[in-house]
Amino acid sequence: MSTISEIPKEEYIKTCTAACAGCSSSLCLRYVLKAAGPDTVLVIPACCTSVIQGVYPNTSFNVPVYNIAFAAAAACASGMSKAFRSAGKKTNVIAYAGDGGTVDIGIQSLSGAFERGTDFLYICYDNEAYGNTGMQRSGATPLGAVTTTTPGGKGEFKKDLDRIVAAHNPPYMATACSAYPLDLYKKVKKALSIEGPKFIHILAPCPPGWRYESDRTIEMGKLAVKTGSWVLWEREYGKLTVSGPSKAAMKNPLPLEEYLKGQGRFKRVTPEIINELQQAVIKNLERVRKEEEGIC
Amino acid sequence: MRERLALSRPKTGACGLTGSWRVFRPVVDREKCNQCGICEIHCPDGVIDEELNIDLDFCKGCGVCANVCPKKAITMVREER
Repeated sequence: MSTISEIPKEEYIKTCTAACAGCSSSLCLRYVLKAAGPDTVLVIPACCTSVIQGVYPNTSFNVPVYNIAFAAAAACASGMSKAFRSAGKKTNVIAYAGDGGTVDIGIQSLSGAFERGTDFLYICYDNEAYGNTGMQRSGATPLGAVTTTTPGGKGEFKKDLDRIVAAHNPPYMATACSAYPLDLYKKVKKALSIEGPKFIHILAPCPPGWRYESDRTIEMGKLAVKTGSWVLWEREYGKLTVSGPSKAAMKNPLPLEEYLKGQGRFKRVTPEIINELQQAVIKNLERVRKEEEGIC
Repeated sequence: MRERLALSRPKTGACGLTGSWRVFRPVVDREKCNQCGICEIHCPDGVIDEELNIDLDFCKGCGVCANVCPKKAITMVREER
């Protein structure tokens, strides 16, 4: 685990973005850029991050940013990386996309770029809905969550993006959570040291969308990890390792209600749905445990 | 050339003085503070510097620092305007 002293003091985001108070996506971006350093290009499709940059002619991001259409982030990043490598440059290319731009709209270009195997890092920060346009349901919204387009609670489970990406056999993929910035920093650093397409999936709790007070952003992320609803792991050349913060949750997860009860979007969820979600969590933990032990 | 490409340039305060959004202001009790720096790590906007001073021109008052502080040295006080 990285320690505080290892983290560079330089900030690549100038004060201050237009993100909501308590936004965990801007917290994640701080650490992604600290790990990547100044020789980095961000490719950003339509998502909260394309909005919070500031108004022309000023921007708060101190690295080059390329804003692109929803469906094209990974295609653009892979082409850009190819161009940099042919020019003999080692510039890091990072596609930083929300869950809508990854799970729903951008998945074809993501799949194509991973199949071509170009050297870039794709980061999906997942707030489990289309936050930028006012919290509409996305493929990443969990079962039972209220959004503006599912006022009675979503009826389907969250799409398992990590298994879709894993099917492309990337050299490195990981999950992270905004509540553990040091873990995220370490993972981005490691990802950028490996050649080929890399993928990091970050859970980013969203105060206005998940309907909790802005000061509880870190608490929410920690609860997601402690209840086992979000498991932190990294898979390097097919070998899965569970990360430090998730180790306790693998053995002895807290009951899922602890995580759900703090969020307004799960206010009207029935005990049957909580049970269904809990069973899904147990099943997922079991699958991760088996994979780590090399059983499947 | 740059003008025609419509590039944005980095600038502090590109989104205005976001401190005006604040409803609650963080107040640090230096007696209780043990300089651990956990607030600085978790600040979503990076407005807390190395000496753990909070930049009130830009602090949005989200309260994350007060929530994560292990010594409970930061309290959120309502702004009077």
